[in-house]
Amino acid sequence: MSEWWTYRLSDFLLFSADTYYRLFELYNTAIWPAHIVVLVLSGLWFYFLIRPKPWSGKLLFTFLGTTWLWIAWGYHVSHFTSVNWAASYYAIGFALEGLLLILAGGSGKARPIPSNTHWTSRVGTGLIGFGLILQPLIVLLSGRPWTQIELFALAPDPTVIATLGILLLVGRIRWLLLPIPIIWCLISSATLWTMGASEFWMTLCAAGVALFAVRPVHKKPYSVY
Amino acid sequence: MPDRSTISRRTALGLLAAPLIRPALRIQPQSIITKPIPSTGEALPVIGIGSWITFNVGNDREARNACTEVMRNFFELGGKMIDSSPMYGSAQEVIGYGLNRLGNPDALFSADKVWITSTARGASQIENSRELWGVPQFDLMQVHNLRSWEGHLETLHAMKASGSLRYVGITTSEGRRHSLFEEVMQTQPLDFIQVSYNILNRRVEERILPIAQERGIAVIINRPFQQGNLIRRMKRQRLPDWASEAGATNWAEFLLKFIVSHPAVTCAIPATSQVRHVKENMAAATGELPTEAMRQRMIDYVEAL
Repeated sequence: MSEWWTYRLSDFLLFSADTYYRLFELYNTAIWPAHIVVLVLSGLWFYFLIRPKPWSGKLLFTFLGTTWLWIAWGYHVSHFTSVNWAASYYAIGFALEGLLLILAGGSGKARPIPSNTHWTSRVGTGLIGFGLILQPLIVLLSGRPWTQIELFALAPDPTVIATLGILLLVGRIRWLLLPIPIIWCLISSATLWTMGASEFWMTLCAAGVALFAVRPVHKKPYSVY
Repeated sequence: MPDRSTISRRTALGLLAAPLIRPALRIQPQSIITKPIPSTGEALPVIGIGSWITFNVGNDREARNACTEVMRNFFELGGKMIDSSPMYGSAQEVIGYGLNRLGNPDALFSADKVWITSTARGASQIENSRELWGVPQFDLMQVHNLRSWEGHLETLHAMKASGSLRYVGITTSEGRRHSLFEEVMQTQPLDFIQVSYNILNRRVEERILPIAQERGIAVIINRPFQQGNLIRRMKRQRLPDWASEAGATNWAEFLLKFIVSHPAVTCAIPATSQVRHVKENMAAATGELPTEAMRQRMIDYVEAL
């Protein structure tokens, strides 16, 4: 791309905010009443997160990975590509992350352990709650009709935010799983900001908070005076 | 009481046959301002319609029908040129949907672009675009943003020579690659160029527009409202009392008439998805165009805001 520095984000926006929001309405209409099933499963998912069992890691990450795979196909390929050719690349990213999450769960290395004492864990749990409950509510409070709701496990943004949260509850394997959610947060935020949507800050802040929470902390050696 | 099943069947058949039997929309050319395409003298209304963002509505039937209404009003008000690109998502398909619903109006002047790095695949992309529009052939095909322009221009000139294309052009936007753009204008036989120009961004007045006049190239103006930013900004301001002297009754007319009154400009292609806006835009193709002195007054006023 020649003279790339002359391009602005708005030069890459192919659709209007109305079209983007209508896309969620059409998507929700197409998959209804899957929302009811997903809400029940999401509740169970959260229950097994805060009441962990020995097999919770496998269950939680397999479910989460499956939602990423579904969003890759059900949302990006089947809907978003109709107005955005780049969505086919988003679908590849979501499918890859979905597989990685399922593999991580299957390996037994991803065992989320919420803790009230460790602040990274508290931030992670907070992000999960944000993705499951607050993000959809804020979207509705911004004036969009409930038919355009974005739900965890069905829509990209709340699912990605909740994924960032659960990755704060696991060990080093998160470094393998974090890049794609972070990249999506930047893409989503840039898209919403360019469209003039007020909710652009949510994915941006979620990415920022997650990166801050997992940053390597170098403990200062004790000084001797 | 009529037989419901008969009515239903008849209605269904009527709907199916509607594109075939509906007469082409009647054009009202009486007061539309046109300008000639220099290479042929063919008259073109000074306002066309763009499709970037506004017509990219995907499979949304409701939104597609709204776009069709925009096109219907556009044609009814005497419009001809619709411009699109393979880069604009589903816009080409939506245009094809609308044209089909409107019975493929004879007035249509179809303008599209080739936008692919591989010059070998240019012809197949153009054919794919043609199928999406549902037209027998394009009137104008342009090389989008000069992407792989040398190879694509060869293809387009060959198409024109064979009679499968009427006009050849190149495009750019927001002042990009102007040096190369000028070079291509000077060295290639072109019917059209497409550039960005508005009352606050007049860079093309310096070299591009004079070269177009000198070389006899028609000029299409894209982004006349700066992606809506300019008109939104202007609508917060008071329209000057003397706007009627410039032939404008609202800001859309004011801004568009400024553009199309430049002697080198053939037409502007504002994009919209609203019937109200297309009516406002098409009003700029009626009445009087501002004189040179009035154009300067318009610039002074807007720059002072």
